[in-house]
Formats: sequence, structure tokens, C-alpha cells
Amino acid sequence: MLRRRIIPCLDVRRGRLVKGVRFRDLRDCGDPVDAAARYADAGADEIVWLNISAGEEAWAELLRAVERAARRVDVPLCVGGGVDGFERARELLLAGADKVSVNTAALNRPELVSELAERLGSQCVVVAIDAARANGSWEAHASAGRRPTGRDAIAWSREAVERGAGELLVTSIDADGGHAGYDLDLVEAVAGAVRVPVVASGGAGGPSDMAAALAAGAQAALAASIFHDGDATMAEVKQEVAACGLPVRS
Amino acid sequence: MITVVDYGAGNLRSLRAALERLGAAVDVTSDPVTVERSRVMIVPGVGAAGPAMARLQAAGLAAAIRSAAGNGAHVLGICLGLQLLFDRSEEGDTECLGLLPGAVRRIDWAGTVPHMGWNDVAPVNGGTLNDALPAVCYFAHTYIAEPAEAGDVVATTELDGRPFASAVARGRVAAVQFHPERSGPAGRALLAALLRRADDAA
Repeated sequence: MLRRRIIPCLDVRRGRLVKGVRFRDLRDCGDPVDAAARYADAGADEIVWLNISAGEEAWAELLRAVERAARRVDVPLCVGGGVDGFERARELLLAGADKVSVNTAALNRPELVSELAERLGSQCVVVAIDAARANGSWEAHASAGRRPTGRDAIAWSREAVERGAGELLVTSIDADGGHAGYDLDLVEAVAGAVRVPVVASGGAGGPSDMAAALAAGAQAALAASIFHDGDATMAEVKQEVAACGLPVRS
Repeated sequence: MITVVDYGAGNLRSLRAALERLGAAVDVTSDPVTVERSRVMIVPGVGAAGPAMARLQAAGLAAAIRSAAGNGAHVLGICLGLQLLFDRSEEGDTECLGLLPGAVRRIDWAGTVPHMGWNDVAPVNGGTLNDALPAVCYFAHTYIAEPAEAGDVVATTELDGRPFASAVARGRVAAVQFHPERSGPAGRALLAALLRRADDAA
């Protein structure tokens, strides 16, 4: 039986692991490869790296870190943040990422999703959607959640999948950082609108929140601070999910 | 020496590392002469069957793989590599390498596609790979192989109530649909079993 996935998300700046609150007060927290390997050993089903730095030099540093991760980490690695077009997606895959996620570039030019899917295969194309509640639905935001696009997030989900996205990484801007649980309505709405796996993101405060997102239709639940701050372990989350009757990898 | 056929399919770094962790000497190559002379080779792959076969053909690698197989080399396929070993793929209506009888078709019955994530790999037919099975491994694919010979199916995986062939073997050809290099300790054991199988029969 296909297992639901639990995914820790690591913020990476210039090839280094950083932690902060909403991208502010960032502290260097070591090597993201070490952290990814530790999470993999602890039972993470996949690792997501979010690159939060701009510029060519930072990109080169990211690629070098991905190369090291490919050699050391034996679970899948998805990398996003700064993928501005086809070439950078290809570079990440060649460096050893299993999947790439695109967000702003896809909103600016939806044809990018089609190009990536056709040339690289849907299974490695993740479209990340940052959504905030608006007018009884959700609005997709670009530029790390800072720029509203006027696009309905559910309609954008459908279009991204029609263009070949193999997975959607859906983050609630409203819930993100609040530790009060995912926006389950958003998870349910997106999972009900598409037939690709949906990864729920934003708002996890503990294991029961992650189980609730999976019960709402997500195939995977992503969290950052609860793992990094030691509030919950992979094992605790998986126990909670299993207790809800959902299959997990032990 | 394990030859990994590099036809521009990307991400061979993790596969090379996984093989090296098992103590194997690895040669990642796009040279058809090297491929043709190899005794144990791996055909990796992600992406779509059509472009992959086109690249294999253009580089002279398709002929080299067939020739090596004809001379008794062990050919191991991973993910798209498994699909390419069959006769045909429905993906882009592509003629494949024809080392395994059967066809590849789209997963059309599942609630969500791609089949993405960790799933059971259950042994059938006894024998090959059984010391590493059952296992839970990582999958990421939209197409599956349907072997023409039921006896070629080594393991199956169930997706939304329906089993498909997740590992196949026939003589010196063997392949898996999941990614052993991304499947933690279970994948490591399966990769070791695949190499052992080639070793024992060599």
C-alpha cells in the first residue's frame, strides 16, 4: 500500500542550513547535507530544500550542496527556490536532486511547467503554490508569498497539473509560522481538484496537525520548525498518523 | 566493474554513490564501445521513454546494449531503465530495447498519478531477490511494464487495489521499477541482491 509521506523542509542559504522566523533573524545552523542525512536516518520519507538566497554565487553553492547530498542521502531530495527557468531546473537534476519545485517562474510563465514536464518528465516537476485566503477561495502568491497575483489558487492548481506538474506543494500563507495547524480547507480543496499527489505545507504545530492534513487528502505533509526545534520526532509523527489509520513507512 | 550507461538522463550521482557504498567499482560512461564490452551494466533513467530511446539510439548505445546482452552481459534496469528493456512503450509510442517481452503502458486506474512515494515490493515466483524482499521502496513513475511472460515477474506492488510488476528478471536481464538508490536501507539490500544475482551467474 502506498504510504503517506512525512517531509522535513530545510531552508538553505548559500549552501548552508539556516533557521529563522519568516526568513528574518537567520542563524547558520550547519551543513544541510548533515541535517538531511540525519532526518533520512530518523525516517524522513523525503527531504525538501528551499533555497532562500539569490544570485549566481549562491546558486553555485547550492548546486555543490545538492551534489554532496546526492552522494550521502538515500531518500529522495526535492529542491526549490530560485528556479527561474528550464536551465536551473536541469542543473538541479543533474546535480542529483530527484525533483525540482517551481513557484514564481511558473506563475510568471505557465508554459515553463509544460516545458519541464515534456523535457524532464512529470515525476520530477513539483509546482509550489503559496496560497492565501481571499474572497471565499484562495489567491496564489508569488515571490515567497509577498506578491499577490490575482490568480485563484485552485484554478492555478488545475492548470499546473494539466501542464504536466507531477506533484503540488501547497503552502498556506495564512497558517504558515502559526503552529496552529494546516489550512485543511485548502488541502481538501486542492486535493479534490487534481489527481496528482498533494504535499500540505504551512502551520504544523505538532504530530496531530500533520495527521490531520493527511486525513484531509494530502499524500504528504511537510513541516520545518517542529522538527528543527525538536518539538516532534519523525517517529512521533508517524505513530500519530498510523494511529489515525493512515499507512506510513515505519 | 559495473558499467552505468550514461545517455544524458541525469542524476547518476546518487546511483553511483549507492553502488560504491556496496563496494562496487563503477564506470559511468556514454561510450558505446565500453558498453558493448561490459559484463554487468545498469540502464538507469528518469523522464520520458521517447526522448530516452532517441538519445540511446543517437549515441549508438541502444545497439551496444543489445549486442552486449546478446553476448551474455548482465543488464540491470532501474525505473525508466526497466521500461526501456521491454519491447514497446505506449509513452510516445516508442520502440524500446526488446530484451524483455512485453509492453509498457500508462497507469490509468489509480486515484493519483504519478505513483509517487514508498510502497510494498512483494516477492512472487520465489528465488531471485528474495533475500531482500519483502521491502518498502520509493517509486516515482507514471507508466508500468506488463511482461508478456508471467514467469518474468519477480515482485509486484499494489497501487489502489491493483498489482503491477515492480521487479522483473529473465535470464541475465533484471530490472526494478522503484529507485533502490533512494530507498534507504531496503533499497541498499535490493541493489546488493541485484549485483549478487549478476555475480552468481557470471
